[in-house]
Amino acid sequence: MSEWEPKIVAFLCNWCSYGAADLAGVSRLQYPANIRIIRVPCSGRVNPKFILAAFRSGADGVWVSGCHPGDCHYIEGNLYARRKFALLNSQLEYTGIVEPGRLHFSWISSAEATKFAEVARGVIDAVKAAGPARHFIKKQAEVA
Amino acid sequence: MREYTERIREAAKRLLSEQRVDTVIGFRRGTVPFMNEPFLVKSVDQVDQLYWDSNCGINLANYLPKRTDRVAVVAKGCDSRNIVVHLLENQIKRDQLYILGAPCRGMVDKRRMMADLKGKEPLHAEENGKEIKVSGRGFQVTFDRQTYLQSNCAICTHRNPVVYDELLGDPVEEQQGVDRYPDVRRIEAMSVDERWRYFQELIAPCIRCYACRNACPLCYCPTCFVDESRPQWVGKTIDPTDTLTFHFLRAYHVAGRCTDCGSCERACPVGIEVRKFTKKLEKEVKELYGYEAGVTPDQRPPLDTFKPGDPEPFIK
Ligand code: SF4
Ligand code: SF4
Repeated sequence: MSEWEPKIVAFLCNWCSYGAADLAGVSRLQYPANIRIIRVPCSGRVNPKFILAAFRSGADGVWVSGCHPGDCHYIEGNLYARRKFALLNSQLEYTGIVEPGRLHFSWISSAEATKFAEVARGVIDAVKAAGPARHFIKKQAEVA
Repeated sequence: MREYTERIREAAKRLLSEQRVDTVIGFRRGTVPFMNEPFLVKSVDQVDQLYWDSNCGINLANYLPKRTDRVAVVAKGCDSRNIVVHLLENQIKRDQLYILGAPCRGMVDKRRMMADLKGKEPLHAEENGKEIKVSGRGFQVTFDRQTYLQSNCAICTHRNPVVYDELLGDPVEEQQGVDRYPDVRRIEAMSVDERWRYFQELIAPCIRCYACRNACPLCYCPTCFVDESRPQWVGKTIDPTDTLTFHFLRAYHVAGRCTDCGSCERACPVGIEVRKFTKKLEKEVKELYGYEAGVTPDQRPPLDTFKPGDPEPFIK
């Protein structure tokens, strides 16, 4: 079997980080292909349930990225999200569901293609260092 | 605290006969010792069933959301804080409420007394200030009230009601210099694998009866996340992952709102210390946003607001 490659679910805000991913592509910036992007209307739309669901279904890492504070398309969605994520992040580590290095948050504007590629590489390296997910995975029924 | 009984009955009689309120929410004696039950009084002739002692740990704020009548409610320190939370979250209007504030000396933990009775069945319990005299067939024991306080009451720092229309007794002295988080710090100091195992073991006996949720005054959503089916974010099985998802999200939902009244733990039929989940969030909210739930009637709950400079060390 080939070397293990992590699966990482990325929730990207349509108005910034998703655009940055697009621009990174158009600009031919390279980063490994471990990231599965899910486009959301705002980082504030990312319900903690989504993140838990990603881990439960076997994601090795989750990355949430939105607009810089002050730049939210909906004025303040990311500012509410920031408080939500702060508590979520610490509680996930506290309960041992998520080991350090698996869950990532960033602010990336639609012009920051270079930052996008850099953070993507950083996220992938950190998740690789954390290794394959082992705690919070729901066993799926065996289907013949 | 027995002396409140008379005061509650007197106030209930007065409020109902003067038609100030339609309902009075208090407690009456349960059918077995240590188990008083919430009691909704609608007419003066039921008033004499109202009762108060150290077994009134259930949070009566749980009976308030979306009521349309005028209610009087007996409120300990914690209940009053949950009333404040309800007011902030528009679950009831202040002018519908008549709050009978009960300065509190803590409620007792039935489970620990039962454990120390070692299988003997208590048939009668009577308390006088510091002691609880328990008797049954062929035995009599005296418990020291303070020793058997619920674990949340032992570390409570808001025993006096924060809102009320009248007090049932003189304010009590608040406990000073309480360390609220020794258990949280002990868990924080563990390695991530130890923490994982700790919480797995903690919830292993859970039967997903949702008594902890139902006892919680904050859980008033018309459709709880555990009941959602399309999409179904929380699996309905007792697979450990599903159970942990439930506990994680339940605690997260009450972040910045939980007053540590202990109702969840008290309600759990298998004795799971579910406050182990909520206390960490309480500590974080205090450290990050300087907020204590239900203490300030004019400040929005922490997840319902933000500051431009909120801490974000975890964000790249
Ligand atoms: S938490 Fe405080 S106010 Fe509530 S029952 Fe315990 S001691 Fe009383
Ligand atoms: S009350 Fe206890 S057994 Fe029931 S769902 Fe809550 S923790 Fe589980």
